[in-house]
Amino acid sequence: MTKYDAIVVGAGHNGLANAAYLAKAGLKVVVLEKNPWIGGAAVSREIQDGWIYSNCSYVCSLLRPEIFRDLDLSRHGLQIVPYGGGVTCTSSGDILGNYTDHDVQRREFARHNARDGDAYHRYSTDVMRQCRFIRPLLLRTPPDPTSFRVRDIREMVYLSREFAKLGEQVIYDTIRFYTMSIADFLGEYFESDLVKAHLSGSGIIGTALGVYSPGTAYVLLHHYMGEVDGSSGAWGFARGGMGAVSKALASSFKSFGGEIRTDCDVDQLVVRGGKVRGVALANGDEVHADIVVSNLDPKRTFTKLVNEKDLDPAFVERARNFKIRGSSGKLNIALDGLPTFPALGPDNPLRFGDMHFIDSLERLERAYDDWKNGTWSKDPYLDLLIPSMTDPTMAPPGKHFMSVFVQYVPPKIHGRDWTDADRDAFRDTVVEQIARHSPDFKQLVRHIEVRTPRELENEVGLTEGNIFQGELTMDQLLFNRPFPGYAQYRGPVKGLYMCGSGTHPGGGVMAAPGANAAREILLDLRKPNTVPEGWTDD
Amino acid sequence: MKPEMNHKLHFRTAVYQTPFHPRTSALNVLNEWHRWKDYTTADAYFDETLEYAAIRNACAVFDLTPMTKHRITGPDALAFLNRLVTRDVAKIKPGRVGYCVWCDDNGQVIDDGTIFHLRPGDYRLCSQERQLDWLARSARGFDVSIVEDTHDVAALAFQGPTTCAVLKKMGLAGVEKLTPFGIGFFPFAGGELMVSRTGFTGDLGYELWIEPGRALALWDALFAAGADHGIRPMGTHALEVSRIEAGFVQAGVDFLPADAAVRIDRTRSPFELDLGRLVDFTKPVFTGRRALLEEQRRGSRYRLVKLDVEGNKLARSSYIYDRARNVVGTVTSAVWSPAAKTNIALASLKMPWGRPGDELWAEIYYQRELQWAKVMARCRVIEGAFFDPPRRRATPPADF
Repeated sequence: MTKYDAIVVGAGHNGLANAAYLAKAGLKVVVLEKNPWIGGAAVSREIQDGWIYSNCSYVCSLLRPEIFRDLDLSRHGLQIVPYGGGVTCTSSGDILGNYTDHDVQRREFARHNARDGDAYHRYSTDVMRQCRFIRPLLLRTPPDPTSFRVRDIREMVYLSREFAKLGEQVIYDTIRFYTMSIADFLGEYFESDLVKAHLSGSGIIGTALGVYSPGTAYVLLHHYMGEVDGSSGAWGFARGGMGAVSKALASSFKSFGGEIRTDCDVDQLVVRGGKVRGVALANGDEVHADIVVSNLDPKRTFTKLVNEKDLDPAFVERARNFKIRGSSGKLNIALDGLPTFPALGPDNPLRFGDMHFIDSLERLERAYDDWKNGTWSKDPYLDLLIPSMTDPTMAPPGKHFMSVFVQYVPPKIHGRDWTDADRDAFRDTVVEQIARHSPDFKQLVRHIEVRTPRELENEVGLTEGNIFQGELTMDQLLFNRPFPGYAQYRGPVKGLYMCGSGTHPGGGVMAAPGANAAREILLDLRKPNTVPEGWTDD
Repeated sequence: MKPEMNHKLHFRTAVYQTPFHPRTSALNVLNEWHRWKDYTTADAYFDETLEYAAIRNACAVFDLTPMTKHRITGPDALAFLNRLVTRDVAKIKPGRVGYCVWCDDNGQVIDDGTIFHLRPGDYRLCSQERQLDWLARSARGFDVSIVEDTHDVAALAFQGPTTCAVLKKMGLAGVEKLTPFGIGFFPFAGGELMVSRTGFTGDLGYELWIEPGRALALWDALFAAGADHGIRPMGTHALEVSRIEAGFVQAGVDFLPADAAVRIDRTRSPFELDLGRLVDFTKPVFTGRRALLEEQRRGSRYRLVKLDVEGNKLARSSYIYDRARNVVGTVTSAVWSPAAKTNIALASLKMPWGRPGDELWAEIYYQRELQWAKVMARCRVIEGAFFDPPRRRATPPADF
């Protein structure tokens, strides 16, 4: 039987990015994927004839441009098409549009609150400061602050210097920013509840926290720190759906001689003598390598992939306590025509952007209350897009694909498992909210794929359906991600590594965790590094 | 020439509107225009990044009317053109288009353009600069008629992966059979619409040519057919990005037209613009032949190269250095390529620099919040276009 240099478990985008960098360094790498398709949560599937769904993740901004360029993903078929702006439709039939044109945007905010129109300028300057601080950290391995190794000390010095450069006032702001709620943060800039409601959406997406919960300001930054072709904070569609990201990464990986096996369910890590020896498959076969990289989330990795008896009890406890709470769901909808949204009118460019229907912070907090009460939000926050308006490959001409991200959706209903009846009722809740703003929407619906945390966990393998592979809160960020002492992509068993979004710098289809993990593996193997450095803005 | 342009009061309208203006002005919500020869033309309509995205993702429409056009006919039309340009025009069969350059007696490029062999012996020459003077001087002794008909032909560039699907939907039967550089004629609104599979974007695309009276009908039919295929108008900014990605040179930007050079050492030969493939020495006579043969023997002075510049700072107008930090050339065009996801540049380098594998550095100055900074960025010489999708050549083209 062939022995590999490395096995990557899970063909998510990070697993593929990791594998590509290892293969680029000359390693013999195999990626094992349980599903018949690759991509994990960055996947496009044709479930309805003629329609391509971005089944899970649906827009792209955080994918590191350095990796995009370095792995030649463009030549491997990846194209990101920006979409412009976003809008919140109010219950009274008005809108708040976040237009891409600066002056149009200012006028639109000023229409609702004269001061807020100008305050947006101060707000975006402050958020940009935070983006500039965090961006260089994305393609760096977090230092271990308790270690006295030269490398960690050097990295701590770097971090401290960058921090000091911010200046006294911004340091205070930064510390507050990382621990604040999004509602409090926005309250320091804006008066209009509608403006605050619109902007706060980015603070709760994928997170089991409410707009008044501390820590949600950072989640907003996580959604702002990306770019499309240098346009900071912009989002776009991967042409052909998010599966195009995984497809291009897979193609790049294969161009370096890599091998991908689908329908290949890994049962357990094989550990002998305290060292990784390979993996055992569900069908009883074994695949051998001295390095195994897990693309699974940390909880799944250390409670399912690794036999708990191979781990220290305290470590197992940490893995079990890892905060990975499901909070969102998704509807993928095939439409027989383009639904109208009367509040927007026929020629508003924001029809191409993201649409939302919650117009106050209170409604957002109530939506979170439902989650705490063990049920999906009865008045949910939607992030709705119609990618087929921009991307001609998603649906037949004149037909459309609508992607509806839904917040909040709990992993269990009142402590019990989801039933099909729950799923249908959840679907109806979402459909009704859309229909309130689009009278012809319902009659255009041809097919709906409903994804609750149950489907996300069973199909993609995300524990509890958490889209970030673990909450993005301070206790689980930077050198705390996934656990203190294990933030440098190495597991507690020799030869075991982690490369999923559960590691630094987290989820959002960045491919950075996969690339960073590859750098650490190559360092351990004393191989030349193949992972690019981050670009600077200055 | 339009009648009002011939009137002595033409000065009252320094800049004219193209026949598409009623539509382009309605769509130009940014109200951003610049002057292109006699006409006003859109820089951008609504968002230049989204307009660019339409070229690479769906389809985009560009008003091409101001481009200089000439009709060349008469018994010696072919002989004249073959004398004028460096490539063999006899190989451009009726119904075909050929890209070409023409030179002065010293083998220095005056302009580049396209020759459309419309019907046997009937040619259209499109150029970047005005050429009537040079064409007339070159035509001495030939029985040929040269008419500048820029204002008598309205034209649209229609570029992007869904263009063929849209033209089919418009009812242009058989348009999918056009191969790159092919020309087709289609009945349209009681007249004739000419479609050529040409463009300045390096992507699948067409150019549509019609008499000005039917221009608005063409625009409306195109946008109606394109509604479900992502049709957008695009301005010059978006086109410029795709032009550089395709690696196309532009007169006045990447080279100085030889007849406009005050300093005679500022000109370039076809070889020096990486257009040697357009020079056909098997032709016994063409303007500049002797000088170009001499250049072949003696060696060229410059080389135009495509550069992949490390990092993400644009190398606009940068000096290019060799490893010993000697200046070996300058960048003529530079842009961040959204399609190739690389930082790209066209540069004119002194020979012998610019061979694949040469160590080259761009000196890049850039500004951040009013403060200038400098970086030296490593450059890699690229062969072929920066972005060259297979759909550009596929016949019949796919629907997207």
